[in-house]
Amino acid sequence: MKVTFTVNGQRVSADEVWEGESLLYILRERLGLYGSKNACEQGECGSCSVYVDGTLVCACLVLGGQAQGRDIVTVEGIADGHALHPVQQAFVEAGAVQCGFCTPGLIVAAHDLLRHTPEPTTVEIREALAGNICRCTGYAKILDAVHLAAERMAST
Amino acid sequence: MGRDGAQPAPLRTHRMDVVRYWGEAVALVAADHPEHARRAAQAVRVEYEVLKPLSDPEEALSDDAPRLHPDGNITRRIKIRRGDQDPHADVVVKGEYEVGMQDQAPLGPESGLAIPDGEGGVDLYIATQWLHVDRDQLAECLGLPPEKVRLTMAGIGGAFGAREDLSMQAHACMLALRCGRPVKMAYSRSESFVGHVHRHPARMRYEHGATRDGKLMYVRARILLDGGAYASSSTAVISNACCFAVGPYECANAAIDGWVVYTNNPPCGAMRGFGSVQNCYAHEAQMDKLAEALGMDPVDVRIRNALETGSSLITGQVIDGPVPVAELLRRVKAMPQPAAAASAHLDLTQMPGGVSNTTHGEAVRRGVGYAVGFKNVGYSEGFNDYSTARVKLSVAGGRPRVEVHTAGAEVGQGLVTVQAQIAGTELGVHDVAVLNADTQVGSSGSSSASRQTYITGGAVKAACEAVRERVLALAVSELSGLGRADSDADESGWRLEHDAIVAADGSTVITLATLLGEEVIEETREFRPRRTARLDAETGQANAHMQFAFAAHRAVVDVDTELGLVKVVELATAQDVGKAINPQAVEGQLEGGAAQGLGLAVMEEIQVKDGVIRNPSFTDYLLPTTLDMPPVRMDILELGDPNAPYGLKGVGEPPTISSGPAIVSAIRSASGRPVNRVPVRPHDLLGV
Ligand code: FES
Ligand code: FES
Repeated sequence: MKVTFTVNGQRVSADEVWEGESLLYILRERLGLYGSKNACEQGECGSCSVYVDGTLVCACLVLGGQAQGRDIVTVEGIADGHALHPVQQAFVEAGAVQCGFCTPGLIVAAHDLLRHTPEPTTVEIREALAGNICRCTGYAKILDAVHLAAERMAST
Repeated sequence: MGRDGAQPAPLRTHRMDVVRYWGEAVALVAADHPEHARRAAQAVRVEYEVLKPLSDPEEALSDDAPRLHPDGNITRRIKIRRGDQDPHADVVVKGEYEVGMQDQAPLGPESGLAIPDGEGGVDLYIATQWLHVDRDQLAECLGLPPEKVRLTMAGIGGAFGAREDLSMQAHACMLALRCGRPVKMAYSRSESFVGHVHRHPARMRYEHGATRDGKLMYVRARILLDGGAYASSSTAVISNACCFAVGPYECANAAIDGWVVYTNNPPCGAMRGFGSVQNCYAHEAQMDKLAEALGMDPVDVRIRNALETGSSLITGQVIDGPVPVAELLRRVKAMPQPAAAASAHLDLTQMPGGVSNTTHGEAVRRGVGYAVGFKNVGYSEGFNDYSTARVKLSVAGGRPRVEVHTAGAEVGQGLVTVQAQIAGTELGVHDVAVLNADTQVGSSGSSSASRQTYITGGAVKAACEAVRERVLALAVSELSGLGRADSDADESGWRLEHDAIVAADGSTVITLATLLGEEVIEETREFRPRRTARLDAETGQANAHMQFAFAAHRAVVDVDTELGLVKVVELATAQDVGKAINPQAVEGQLEGGAAQGLGLAVMEEIQVKDGVIRNPSFTDYLLPTTLDMPPVRMDILELGDPNAPYGLKGVGEPPTISSGPAIVSAIRSASGRPVNRVPVRPHDLLGV
């Protein structure tokens, strides 16, 4: 089948998509958007987090066909060109990235949290990011990064 | 392959007639879409004569067990004998302990891209911990000379030991060479669980004897590790488990017996902490028992026996350099403790059971526990360890630029940053590029054993020093040629700083851009740490290790004593890192390592039944999330090891060693239950 949707503001389509393919597969393997990661394909780790029509979802759990006509934003769409988004900049500065495999998903999830809750408490951050597994950092620096991003976004 | 090459890797690339574990590769299928490949693989029919699996490591030791390999079932037997074998003790405590099978669960599943070069060779883009050992094994598997197998590092989504052995490397190369087309191969999460080695499950029996005033008189231990179907790094893991069996304590008399055996279980090998994680659960539980039997404070009994500089290990090795075991314990004990959960502001995320809303504090008891551990840094027992670095200084766009090239694997520990920091510091150049790791440069050894900052860092430092020497020599000859006698006077004080040569008084002698012009200065150096020796087969005595790293933890936990649920409220740690090359990355190692320790203590276990993994998914294998991992209080000591580059110590593994045992100790104190098995399950705390 053919699937057409918008990704990061651009209209794209993929031909000869097998009905069983996930949105994640289309993004990575057909559109070359390797930012979203595949770590479990079960909705458990959040590495594949993207926005579909403004809602945070696991792209591994969305069928490719369900993306038809939708507006998708991936981690590649978070930055403004080459200028990092404050959430991304905060992850870099806080040391919230070790291997980096969880990072794209966490960036999108943290971005989503700060849209709804601009000044989250540590408990709110923990709850919001509980669906994102990081095997490297023990999360402390990720919490620091989200606080840092929140501070900076509040002051601009 | 195990690093002393005991038995081939859990991968065979030739026709086989015996399958030794569930998950062993038997056929390869490539297709133009993963779903086609999946369906084609399902259509492959394999005829098995199913034998009764040998899944109990104790049984594997017995004489009438089936022999899984031609040499029998014992992969390695270790015997350590030190001092009096029949010593007197006033107080004796005994215990049996068990550690379940943990998975490294790196977030990035195994994957790679093999591209045939059209001339019989292959290029492989791969995530691995050690490019050169992969290359050598691949060349052998593929029947190619090593120069026809070229590896380039792709991004590595974590490793923790899981990428020490080959996984899909040879398979992707075989398919690519056969098809004459590039082949990309990526494991699913369930394939990843089956397709790499795990942490060895352990069964340990301990006996400690002490004087009435708490001095350790002897330790006897029997340690049995289940190595699964193939050796991987089992021979080195059992060596560690035995060498450090007593923990970081003085003990003049010891008898340690260790075995690692073959079974039909999933193969086990390297995981962060490497043998020292398992034994720490046992020796720290024993120290708590000893404290209780003696009526002593658990920290005091540890301090009473703590190793110090000049102490002998049970292997007879005298440890030099700082050995701050007592200091680390004092520090974690002195740190402030978290307040008890305030009932006025009920926060479910802080309760055992969390947002499942299983308690509002009823039946919740708090416990505090301590543990301290240690292990070797770098490879041991005579391994010829080294790392290679190539450093190139040139001028680009009117500015000096340094390129650092090594084959060291950046697994998330920060090796790329550390290499850049070292080169930038040694050569005083702002623009430093660390090239991607590949096999075009000599081996860096593995990103294992907390060794890369030490060994590859040491190689980068040595190569930079060689470059610097040439730069200074060039400056002397160029400037004397120009008759600049004024600066000749004390060229011994010249150093490289801010892209220039700077004299002792801080004045610029010449900029590097001016000095070098078109000239390129390139040097390659190998760095080798101190040599070590193999353990004596009968006594286990030897200077087997190059460096030792220590950490202590305190855990505060809340236990719901009615439901057996645990909330780890806080971890506190003190660790000597020698010198923190990158303090932020060091903190990250301490926090992340503690999270993996917490995982093994209370959550993570690969469930194996009759040799089959029952929970190969993130749904069924539980990893710590933001709701499980508490804050980590840290005290980082920089005591400086006189033998190491910059005085640094390996950092990555100690956080994973004593964090879990501290948690289990706290659980014991909160629940009043013995708890001799990890991960701790609710029913262990309820006695049902
Ligand atoms: S890959 Fe989608 S949640 Fe893990
Ligand atoms: S940084 Fe490696 S999984 Fe998060």
